[in-house]
Amino acid sequence: MPAETGRLADELAAGLEAPICLTWELTYGCNLACIHCLSSSGRRDARELTTAEATGFLDELAAMRVFYVNLGGGEPTLRPDFTDLVEHAIGHGVGVKFSTNGTTLSPERARRYAAMDYLDIQISLDGARPESNDLVRGPGSYAAARRAMENLAGAGFSKFKVSVVVTRHNAGELDELLELAGRHGAELRLTRLRPSGRGARSWDELRPSPAQLAGVHRFLVEHPDVLTGDSFFHLAPLGDEPLPGLNLCGAGRVVCLVDPVGDVYACPFVMHPEFKAGSVRAPGGFAGVWRTSGLFGSLRQPQAAGACNACGAYAACHGGCMAAKFFTGLPLDGPDPECVLGHGEAALSAVPLGARPEVAAGHSKPAADGSPPVAVALGATRR
Amino acid sequence: MACAGSTEPAVTGPGASFDPDQPYELDPAVALRPEPFGALAYHYGNRRLSFVRSSELVELLGRLGAHRSATSAMEAGGIAAELRPRFARALAALHESQVIRAR
Repeated sequence: MPAETGRLADELAAGLEAPICLTWELTYGCNLACIHCLSSSGRRDARELTTAEATGFLDELAAMRVFYVNLGGGEPTLRPDFTDLVEHAIGHGVGVKFSTNGTTLSPERARRYAAMDYLDIQISLDGARPESNDLVRGPGSYAAARRAMENLAGAGFSKFKVSVVVTRHNAGELDELLELAGRHGAELRLTRLRPSGRGARSWDELRPSPAQLAGVHRFLVEHPDVLTGDSFFHLAPLGDEPLPGLNLCGAGRVVCLVDPVGDVYACPFVMHPEFKAGSVRAPGGFAGVWRTSGLFGSLRQPQAAGACNACGAYAACHGGCMAAKFFTGLPLDGPDPECVLGHGEAALSAVPLGARPEVAAGHSKPAADGSPPVAVALGATRR
Repeated sequence: MACAGSTEPAVTGPGASFDPDQPYELDPAVALRPEPFGALAYHYGNRRLSFVRSSELVELLGRLGAHRSATSAMEAGGIAAELRPRFARALAALHESQVIRAR
């Protein structure tokens, strides 16, 4: 078996015949206005894929043998054909995991979901308490997520996920969040806050401190059953052992993102023209984009370590997250802004004012005064 | 797994140990997808992704269910006797991750 000689991560980084999974933001419509929304969602887009286009896309994923699709948004359950699309995917051998804010997850819907095979649900919750969560996700969002959790648990939906974006305000609540998920028969999933979408404006205020990130790393080492989607590999140099996972950026290599109008991006954290690979509406469809996109082709080439070449930790962190670097104005071949050895802070302070890329308001709903949603002012910052 | 939104590692429970002289088959909940390095195996039940890292091993998986033992499936595929322990170890790992099951 000669393939044993190659490093699996290297082979995966060179790209696959089809993604292992992909994220599909079903709609830009959302009934919340989270200040870190990666897709700057709020209003639906009139050009959203129609039901016929959406089922055609799912058929294409089935033909490519994409194992599962992560549905998100916006709030994906707001699409009137949401359940039909989920059933279509599952019926054609494409497993579904969807992320929801829980506002539509009634006891009836929970029972219907519990009866479906190959379906996984992630409830987004960004704090163990209303104060830490609602600060980011908006008033009432904590209560809605908790109700959805009760409804899923009540319907016997086992092992759903409670998905938490780690911020400065909830980094001290990880034990509480783990306990809360466990009490509902759910698994805890932590992901990294990224300066993408509306997060470009809230990142400086919301991002965990270096000490908090070290705490996240300790927590993950102590709780290997906590899911992360491998999103914390930039913290790997904090330990002797890598965190579970392949410690690989999958963008355009093993995963990608499709937005509500069918545009294909390298990953869910880089919905920006610079990282757009094509459209599923183009004649070659999604397969054509996956196999022939010049952007994806370049991501599948060995990447330059640049300024990180001189650092002994590069093999552990691989320079961190492309999206985090891009949206903070850092070069892609250099340290992550949250580099645990401090190289990111130094690099950030050298980024000239105004050098961060322009981030459009996207589909954000205008506030009463016409400005896009931003963080509500905090009285006292916790920790 | 690789970052970008949600490939996840998964844990599997311990099973009975693999014995090459017993009959096995590809778990019906597993989808195999050919890849340049061999194949990816995805288990829809436990949502675990496994890597089948050679085309010979992929072919062996396809034959497994039609033979009275894993060893006889290896013989039928012309796998040389001295290589069989390595393939048996690979099958044991795939058994552990529930890609194959006893029948």
